Amino acid sequence: MSLKQKAKIMDGEAVKKALIRIAHEVLEKNKDIDDLAIIGIRNRGEFLAKRVADQIKKIEGADVPVGILDITLYRDDLTQVGEQPVVKETVIEFDINQKKIILVDDVLYTGRTIRCALSELIDFGRPKNIQLAVLIDRGHRELPIRADYVGKNVPTSLNELIEVKLEEVDGSDEVLICQRQ
Amino acid sequence: MPETINWTRKDLLGLEELSKEEIELILETADSFKEVSERPVKKVPALRGKTVVNLFFESSTRTRTSFELAAKRLSADVVNIAIQTSSVSKGETFKDTAKNIEAMKIDIIIMRHAASGAPHMLARSVKSSVINAGDGSHEHPTQGLLDIFTIKQKKGKIEGLKVVILGDITHSRVARSNIWGLKKLGAEVTVCGPRTLIPTGIESMGVKTVYSIKEALKDADVVNVLRIQNERQKRGLFPSIREYVNRFGIDRDVLAGAKKGLVIMHPGPINRGVELTTEVADGNNSVILEQVTNGIAVRMAVLYLIAQRKG
Repeated sequence: MSLKQKAKIMDGEAVKKALIRIAHEVLEKNKDIDDLAIIGIRNRGEFLAKRVADQIKKIEGADVPVGILDITLYRDDLTQVGEQPVVKETVIEFDINQKKIILVDDVLYTGRTIRCALSELIDFGRPKNIQLAVLIDRGHRELPIRADYVGKNVPTSLNELIEVKLEEVDGSDEVLICQRQ
Repeated sequence: MPETINWTRKDLLGLEELSKEEIELILETADSFKEVSERPVKKVPALRGKTVVNLFFESSTRTRTSFELAAKRLSADVVNIAIQTSSVSKGETFKDTAKNIEAMKIDIIIMRHAASGAPHMLARSVKSSVINAGDGSHEHPTQGLLDIFTIKQKKGKIEGLKVVILGDITHSRVARSNIWGLKKLGAEVTVCGPRTLIPTGIESMGVKTVYSIKEALKDADVVNVLRIQNERQKRGLFPSIREYVNRFGIDRDVLAGAKKGLVIMHPGPINRGVELTTEVADGNNSVILEQVTNGIAVRMAVLYLIAQRKG
């Protein structure tokens, strides 16, 4: 399968502004941040989570704990995917009981990744609530899941692919829409 | 490391046949599994619905328990079958036992047997995956892997390290798996022990042979101390336990003459006062209990890779 780039839907500046807005919205909804924690889903959600936490620190001057979730072992398609995903570590170094958790991922699509993340998180304890923040919502949900904070809604067709590039992994920030060929 | 990998082997029978890359993949996967055992709920659903059988023709507590915990922490269902040689001699052949287990739709068979090569024969005759948990004096691949994992954790690398394997090399499957794995990853391996317990021609595996513990340990980074089995002494392979202790036991004085930071490993169970004094076994150089902890992560990695294999 080859991919043809159709359009750049966000550049570095747009990604930055979207994350600043999400940080403000998180603070607007969660007046008390003492029990707030942010958990990013590997791989790119991890870096987005750190950036949102950095923004919150800039605005409120307070540190919010950040965790990383690797959902590989909770996937429902392990025996179906063409290649084996590499298992990486989940790093949650704080107690999630009674915490308000902001779960962060780059793209919200079928919702199955989020379903895995919810199952895994709940094995770590009983948070007060779990809220979802994504950079891109591209639609086509297969499960009853929605995001609380969205960087950009992008209507897509099923043969399109959203590619999120981040400085930490790819050298620069941008979001592309590609066509499967 | 790439985002996706491809493990294609149905079985894990030994480290001899694995490539350096396959060994490294197991070690890296094991590293990710370590934290699962630290979670409040020590269980992930990756092997839900899979059935694993511990088929032990030779007694074992540590290895069997470690495999059982590893499988359970991956949500597999586990059945333990301990077959003493006597009950097999009721008449059922080894192959029939295997076929019967397979007829129960088992995904993975973990097998220990006193005969070298027994798991290989099983692997050829059943569709289920087979993991060798020790076959005679041939190989014990998951022990080799957990030893290498522990060395890497302590020293940060394997390449260029000087590793001594001490004791009864001839009868040790642990020694063989360690030698294969360590050599593939670039370590320098020396074997040390009484002449009667070191097989002639072992140098063809790429190891050095030294008969003096002082000489072996003076520049070693790691020593893997093998268990001395009393029945070997009864067979006259060394004169007495006391003489073995005098020449090859590790005590405070031997340790004082060794390189600083020497890592001491032992696959267990320890004969305190024989291979190691209690002071050394419980001292700062010893990583024996870390080996036990790491064993679960390594076995989870092996079970996971085999269960999710492609092709």
